[in-house]
Amino acid sequence: MNREFVFVPARFSAQAMPLNPGHHSVLHPAASQAGNIEWLYWVIFWILFAVFVLMVAAFARAGAKSRVLDDAPLPIIEDDDGDRRAGWAVGSALAITVITLFVVLVLSVITGKRVEGLTSKNPITIQITGHQWWWEISYPNSQADQTVTTANEIHVPVGTPVVVLTNSADVIHSFWAPSITGKRDLLPGYSSAFSFQVDREGTYRGQCAEFCGLQHAHMGFSIIAEPVDKFQSWRQQQLKPAIEPAASESSRGREVFLTHACVMCHTIRGTDAGSRVGPDLTHIASRNMIAAETLPNTAGALAGWVVDPQRIKPGTQMSPNPLAPDELQALVVYLQSLQ
Amino acid sequence: MRLHLHIAFLFASTLWLGSCSREDRILRQPPPANDTLNTVQISGLNPGANSIPTPPNSNMYQESAYAVAEGQKLYEEYNCVGCHAHGGGGIGPPLMDRDWIYGSEPGNVFATIMQGRPNGMPSFRNRIPEYQAWELAAYVRSLAGLLPKGVSPDRPDRMNVKPSESSTPEQIPTGITGVPGQPK
Repeated sequence: MNREFVFVPARFSAQAMPLNPGHHSVLHPAASQAGNIEWLYWVIFWILFAVFVLMVAAFARAGAKSRVLDDAPLPIIEDDDGDRRAGWAVGSALAITVITLFVVLVLSVITGKRVEGLTSKNPITIQITGHQWWWEISYPNSQADQTVTTANEIHVPVGTPVVVLTNSADVIHSFWAPSITGKRDLLPGYSSAFSFQVDREGTYRGQCAEFCGLQHAHMGFSIIAEPVDKFQSWRQQQLKPAIEPAASESSRGREVFLTHACVMCHTIRGTDAGSRVGPDLTHIASRNMIAAETLPNTAGALAGWVVDPQRIKPGTQMSPNPLAPDELQALVVYLQSLQ
Repeated sequence: MRLHLHIAFLFASTLWLGSCSREDRILRQPPPANDTLNTVQISGLNPGANSIPTPPNSNMYQESAYAVAEGQKLYEEYNCVGCHAHGGGGIGPPLMDRDWIYGSEPGNVFATIMQGRPNGMPSFRNRIPEYQAWELAAYVRSLAGLLPKGVSPDRPDRMNVKPSESSTPEQIPTGITGVPGQPK
């Protein structure tokens, strides 16, 4: 077994399977956008199934009719009538193929229009910025202090339209949550928008769908759909600055954070850490997963990630941090206190 | 004829393999065994008879296109650009000219980054890992054309101040002439 991937079973056992493949499937839509795509999927599936059955039947008929002549040479048959029938058969097969493909094309365009439709009133707006290899999520507001910034976990209220503004900080990424809507490319320096509305509560996994570098495969995110009041309380919590360390150990952890490499890339609002290279860690303890939905947010995973991220995700932008054991312990205690 | 083909193939594959090391990606840096900073030779002058050995790994990063590209990224992320701009200088001295106040050897630049220098250059010791300081040193030297051209970075993955290769002339912002990171 590849040593680099031993964390995968741990992730599934620790999370009680919230991200099982059923949730990462176009066949389990949780939004009308994905529902349209599922409808198109089944229409095309049954059309192609009918084509397949007809083809097999035609082959079987031809096989049953064929005669094998043992020794005699094949007779040359002059059959104008047969030629004409063959011409009709080929012509009509061609016509049926073209018509079928045209119908599929029209259905695809109609589905695309339906998914596209921005028929939303009073939507909430979410800005999603792709980074190598994580997702920056922010909820822009006209007041700067009302803007929530987080990473990789997108909280949305159930039954409320969401307008997503996309951008990328480096290369082209693609936002793909199969249960919610279709793929959307995130282009560097180019802002675009799409919308969706989640109709069922739950956690839906998504994934980058455009190869974007070494850790493309581990660039996941999740959409957490919850009732409106729960979403509002989450938002209020995220707006707060980081809590002051209560115990001496977490206070020491903050000191470690501010005096080592962490502070070069991460923000913890309410402290001096304000760099925006890596994810905002102000409320990291409120997230389920770390490292772009790769590891569960536990003390052990956090410690392992901080010390040697290149072992877990080779090529990731985070550098290894050879901390002393007591420093690491304090740092993890501090990070876990950031609710 | 057969033999000629074989020789040609051998020659081509040797060339091909030889060009690989330029792109070698050292993703998992070895943990620092000890502080290499004190073994960096700042100048040819030494007190006493023994010369201080140059650390063996200092040139590893100067010959790797990947390391230089990483240095280019870190140069933005760690805000070197805030004082030195894209090599032209501003608050700090320019890095794309021939004047090196504290020396132009990789070890000199490394020591400057790690120790800091008077009049504003902060010390990054214990703030950034040593290998990143070496990558930054490699990139900074490429600004002044001190690295082989095959190693110097071209278009970065990040959004850049310079116009992209595909931009049409009317899209090019006025006032930008030189291309950072490309020695002429």
